[in-house]
Amino acid sequence: MAKPLEELTATAIRDAFLRRERSARSIVEEQFAILKEREVAVGAFLTVMQEEALARADALDRKLADGAQMGKLAGIPVAVKDNICTRGVATTCASRILEGYVPPYDAHVVERLIEEDAVIIGKTNMDEFAMGSSTENSAFKLTRNPWDRERIPGGSSGGSAAAVAARMAPLALGSDTGGSIRQPAGLCGVVGLKPTYGRVSRYGLVAFASSLDQIGPLARTAGDTALLLEAIAPRDGRDSTCTDREVPDYVEALEQPISGLTFGLPGEFFIEGGLDREVARALEQARRCYEALGVRFRDISLPHSRIDVEDGQLSSYAVACYYILCTAEASSNLARYDGVRYGHRSDERGDIIEMYSRTRGEGFGEEVKRRIMLGTHALSSGYYDAYYLRAGRVRRLIQSDFERAWEQVDLVFAPVSPTPAFRIGEKADDPLAMYLSDIFTISCNLAGICGISVPCGFSSEGLPVALQLMGRHWDEERLLAAAHAYQIHTDWHKRAPALEGG
Amino acid sequence: MPITREQVEYVAHLSRLKLSEEEKDRFARQLDAILQAVEKLNELDTDGVEPLVHVAPRRNVFREDAAGESLPREEALRNAPEQSEGCFKVPRIIE
Amino acid sequence: MRYEAVIGLETHAELLTESKLWCRCGTRFGEPPNTQTCPVCLGMPGVLPVLNKRAFELALKAALALHCVINRETFFDRKNYYYPDLPKNYQVSQNYCNLGRDGYLEMSADGGIRRVGIWNVHLEEDAGKNIHVESPGADYSLVDLNRAGVPLLEVVSAPDMHSVEEAEAFMHTLRRLLLYCEVSDCKMQEGSLRFEASVSLRRPGEEKLGSRVEIKNLNSIKAVTRCLAYEIERQSRLLREGGAVEMETRLWDEAGGRSERMRSKERAQDYRYFPEPDLVPFVVDEGWLERVQAEVPELSLGRRRRFVRDHGLSEYDARVLTEERAVADYFEACLAAHNEPKSVANWIMNEVLAILNERKVSIAEFEVPPQRFAELIEAADKGKVTAAAAREILGKMIETGKNAATLIEETGAETIGQEEDLAPIVEQVLAEARKAVQDYLGGKKKAIGALLGQVMRLTGGKADPKLAREILLNRLEEMARQP
Repeated sequence: MAKPLEELTATAIRDAFLRRERSARSIVEEQFAILKEREVAVGAFLTVMQEEALARADALDRKLADGAQMGKLAGIPVAVKDNICTRGVATTCASRILEGYVPPYDAHVVERLIEEDAVIIGKTNMDEFAMGSSTENSAFKLTRNPWDRERIPGGSSGGSAAAVAARMAPLALGSDTGGSIRQPAGLCGVVGLKPTYGRVSRYGLVAFASSLDQIGPLARTAGDTALLLEAIAPRDGRDSTCTDREVPDYVEALEQPISGLTFGLPGEFFIEGGLDREVARALEQARRCYEALGVRFRDISLPHSRIDVEDGQLSSYAVACYYILCTAEASSNLARYDGVRYGHRSDERGDIIEMYSRTRGEGFGEEVKRRIMLGTHALSSGYYDAYYLRAGRVRRLIQSDFERAWEQVDLVFAPVSPTPAFRIGEKADDPLAMYLSDIFTISCNLAGICGISVPCGFSSEGLPVALQLMGRHWDEERLLAAAHAYQIHTDWHKRAPALEGG
Repeated sequence: MPITREQVEYVAHLSRLKLSEEEKDRFARQLDAILQAVEKLNELDTDGVEPLVHVAPRRNVFREDAAGESLPREEALRNAPEQSEGCFKVPRIIE
Repeated sequence: MRYEAVIGLETHAELLTESKLWCRCGTRFGEPPNTQTCPVCLGMPGVLPVLNKRAFELALKAALALHCVINRETFFDRKNYYYPDLPKNYQVSQNYCNLGRDGYLEMSADGGIRRVGIWNVHLEEDAGKNIHVESPGADYSLVDLNRAGVPLLEVVSAPDMHSVEEAEAFMHTLRRLLLYCEVSDCKMQEGSLRFEASVSLRRPGEEKLGSRVEIKNLNSIKAVTRCLAYEIERQSRLLREGGAVEMETRLWDEAGGRSERMRSKERAQDYRYFPEPDLVPFVVDEGWLERVQAEVPELSLGRRRRFVRDHGLSEYDARVLTEERAVADYFEACLAAHNEPKSVANWIMNEVLAILNERKVSIAEFEVPPQRFAELIEAADKGKVTAAAAREILGKMIETGKNAATLIEETGAETIGQEEDLAPIVEQVLAEARKAVQDYLGGKKKAIGALLGQVMRLTGGKADPKLAREILLNRLEEMARQP
């Protein structure tokens, strides 16, 4: 009797399809059955593309029958975060201002998925315009952590992470600006990778912060993550900021030996009061596991990623720097939402300025408005030097810290999140507290390097805990190999949350 | 220095955001708290450090000057809240 | 009290490219609204810009022609403001590091050569068009984004001009420069060349500048000159009456002949410039700079002076011939085949330019290549054909595409230039035109014109007029001596 779909990795699903053990249609039908059962409880999807997916599946079955060369992701269901443009399918960024917006074009990564014969099954929920760390900022629905429905899945790619954790899709695409792939992946017990800045084309990713955003893969295993990354990484002439470097064979590189590598432990990230005790313990265990595999650990310093604890309050240079730069860029990137050419337009009469202000006031949620205000202020006359330029200088210092670190270590080992998933509503009234959940992931985006989140345990309440590895520019291969090696020797990633139909 | 209500109103105007009175007060408080946290950056000595502005790995990324396909007009206007005579329709613009 | 006017001009010229600055949409003028757009220039969510290489090179060429210092590593910035014709509500332009700076434009003014400083030259994207709806009570406007994203060259002058005449000379000279460099087609009526003026007044000798007023909506060079005259008068009157000039932006109303305050610009704009994160910096290396520099042609002023100096042309003639680079090129190509500058100049000005003007075409569309035209001129200069005959031959050359020599033979247009051939005809005329002969012998020397005219008529215009006149005069003198 065939294994249930949810126990198969994406790679295994593809292989079963290519070996004609399963038809694409049966794969997709089974996937939607699971999705339908669990969606009420989890709420991961904003748009479910059942009709399109079935049509695609049938086309793939025909293509295979014709003996054509099939793509790397043949027959695999994939969920796509709703800030990635899909032609003919609503793309809302979980915002009322884009309610009903249907893009006339596909993002580069979506074109790649189609070219590699994947089956896109739906658009996932997120924090509005990717601004948030819990997916509570969605204008449309709440996504619940599959491991504990009273808790958040993390953000902003919470829908994608939850979908993968709940086995509603074996693969998902998310976006990461300050940790938005790695943190929800960590809180949901799945693997999430943020590629080096410029590795994956941003054409078709609705911009939040242009110099920080990257699209990346989420999956349960390092192998599946590598597969998806390989599929979306090929170059694109429509994004000036993306690389023209060849795409390495990430899947092949998984088997790279990691014995003899040196991992750095940034002292700044492991301070008293900065990390939940259970998280610290799980990381300790993970470290020992790596040491047993021949990895050496070494203390390093990332001075400008320093965290301070004052009266129980966390503070951080990196977070301050990030929130100036990302909001400045966002304030400009989101100016286009004005009700003229697409999206929501206010019903009220008035002149054009009023139309803009009402449309944006009505269409944007609170967090988005707050960040636009902050960013506009940081760029405004009289404040540009003190905020924007100063943050730019600190960014260079943060990047230099990593450059120095690479002289001594191969990868950096760090936490993903200070705590496991917190309760829904717990941080809703405290934006600053919410911002500080990014404290370990943010430096990676500021430096433009790559980072991966790997499940490494569970809290006493059964909530996932994860470790983070960061690597040099373009060194995704080593990240994936290290994640893969860990997963061979552990089985955290094999556990599934208790859900209907499971 | 605390953010004044005038500053909030000015920034809201620059950003074309209509805020309720309540929102103005709330944002003033919250922005204040955030900016205070940002003040932490002043602890660092950044003299002589060039801002990291261009993070992308390349220089001189160009495309050849060749005209290609444009969108058919119906596609360009499909998402428009209001249109007329092949154009986007907006409230009257006063110079 | 007289005031000194301080005038600066900001020029925008659409670059001659096939496609837009950031995307592959076309740049044709006059297309139906919103038929030349795509997700990128519509500012849709998720799009990104990629720079048009030719646009960059054309801007570089213009900057070099304006003697600018080129910033060898240059980048783009976002200029943030809200307007319906600006799809992203920011314009990608240059602010912190313009492509070119500290240049100058040389022009002739006040009988001499003047230099106007150029503060910077940079590249930016054009906005779309807001269409104002005329019908009364219409509470809406229309937006056409065909033009959004078209590459624009911006040239910012120093406030170095002090009179309307100087400003006018600047505009004509800059326009000619951009045409010479083939950087723009400079058609103001199509909006591919636009000017914005800024004017302030100060007392003569004072260093400090007065409040600057910017004026927009100037749709022709004439509008600019009218507007400048108006502004100078308006500001003078204000100051004379003890008022103060407000620093502001005004709109020119061409129909009413006045400038008006702009309602939408009540507060000084805060553009919040910051470097464009979706673009990379652009580095111009030595080799590239040299290649583009080599493409900068000799400019009109220099060429004009050379024509006067080396070819002995009058200022006027040189000016006419260098108005358009292609005409100056044509002139020099003719000279290479037949080195008679004055004659060639006359032929081009009187014949070719007249024909082009009538047909409303440019010299590029003139059917006669310069070498062939030069042959014709040479034939006329050498007396092989008369000027009148040559003009007719020219017409046939245009029609048939044949060369001068062939046509002269075919039509038998060759001048009758030998005495033995002309003498009998002169005799015939003298015999027939008795009245004219009588008049001449009676003292009306002008009557020779009629006699000459007869000779020309009888020979179908082919008589060498000089020789015919000589023979006529000799015979008439002989006749006068007879009793």
